[in-house]
Amino acid sequence: MIDPVLIVDYGMGNVASVLNAFTRLGVKARLSDRPQEISAARSLVLPGVGAFGDAVEEIDRRDLRKPILGAVRGGASLLGICLGMQLLFDVSDENEGTQGLGLLHGRVRRLPGGVRVPHIGWNQIEDLRPAPILEGLQPGEHLYFVHSYYVEPLPELVVAWVDYGLRFAAVAGSGKVWGIQPHPEKSQRPGETILRNFIGLSDTGGKGGEICA
Amino acid sequence: MLAHRIIPCLDVRQGRVVKGVKFVDIVDAGDPADCAAAYDAQGADELVFLDITASHERRGIVGSLVERVARVLSIPFTVGGGIAEIDEIRDILRAGADKVSLNSSVLKRPALIEEAAGRFGCQCVVVAIDARRKQDGTYEVFKNGGRIPTGRDVVAWAREAERLGAGEILLTSMDRDGTRDGYEIELTRRITEAVGIPVIASGGCGSADHVAEVLQRGGASAALAASIFHFGVLSVPQLKNYLAAKHIPVRPVTATEAGPLRAEA
Repeated sequence: MIDPVLIVDYGMGNVASVLNAFTRLGVKARLSDRPQEISAARSLVLPGVGAFGDAVEEIDRRDLRKPILGAVRGGASLLGICLGMQLLFDVSDENEGTQGLGLLHGRVRRLPGGVRVPHIGWNQIEDLRPAPILEGLQPGEHLYFVHSYYVEPLPELVVAWVDYGLRFAAVAGSGKVWGIQPHPEKSQRPGETILRNFIGLSDTGGKGGEICA
Repeated sequence: MLAHRIIPCLDVRQGRVVKGVKFVDIVDAGDPADCAAAYDAQGADELVFLDITASHERRGIVGSLVERVARVLSIPFTVGGGIAEIDEIRDILRAGADKVSLNSSVLKRPALIEEAAGRFGCQCVVVAIDARRKQDGTYEVFKNGGRIPTGRDVVAWAREAERLGAGEILLTSMDRDGTRDGYEIELTRRITEAVGIPVIASGGCGSADHVAEVLQRGGASAALAASIFHFGVLSVPQLKNYLAAKHIPVRPVTATEAGPLRAEA
């Protein structure tokens, strides 16, 4: 039996979209901001839109940092979407002094001038590396992006790239911890494939704790 | 590569789509969720719902519409029309909309752009501008559905909206709206050159070539159209195939997404 997916509801947007997407896939999912539920979860989604600093503040105000980290150490799978992806990393240019969750190593940077910011729309992903989260996806498929900051992870964590004048990470992670810059819940079939793949991660058992490359 | 977006716009009143939508096999052409699902299946890149209900029951109607649409849609959608309060923006986003479109309310109180962007992120704040050409060749901003002149210059207002935190501009030419004579390229080009945020062009679409023109010569990131889609003049797949043949980057419509639902030719 698959445990329900717990969507961390920390007050930063688009939770309904993520919940709806899982429901359409026939996957049990629900929202939670309760530390005990989150620490016990097997499958966590960290959504989010808005500013890095505000998001970290909301997470800490609800005492959700430790439960999220604890769940991951205990072997839970975790998918960070958009701002939620950025939160998995160490630190952001957006709010210098604010510490992210540090589950993956890298830094969040602002998209440079010369391109329209925010980066909004369907962009192709490319240079895919074999990874369970990308099973069934082809290079050149379009996913829906909307963001002004991007993640610069350790290169070995990146499994899909996107070219928007600048080339940056579309999907990065390892083991059971993954971040995705575009919105799979708003990306039709390719997005649904990624969400299904993520559900598959929580079925594979295995141990946590080896998430930092 | 980033694809240009094709965005059908649906006018809604009392929770019902008011302009006809001609799809084969559509269950209820007036039902926003059915229309949304049909456009999603056709390969539309986003949808815009403009609610023109003016009554005290509005908020409840809009809320349930947004919830129902959000359940069926796997592409982003924007809700606009008379939104003036930060709490209403919160409720609409919370119900599952991705963005709100603000127009007259932010002309009256531009600080609402800043408040909404600060609280919910600039990516969900679309500032809609209704523009009309003046005799001297500049463009003036109109409010209240394009009925009342504001004396504001469109370029200046677009820049101010960007500075206050708008994530996108939805630019409508009132002169072209409803004419099917083509988008106003000069207006679009002036705004796309003046701001660094994406601009969605609107007003005047009558053919696939009009869309190509506004994306290429106007510099628009996206093209919005209503009647040509609703009345079956052109389907989203037909339009995208046309653009792709002209080497304009669009997200291709796959066989499954084109689905059994298609506009009548």
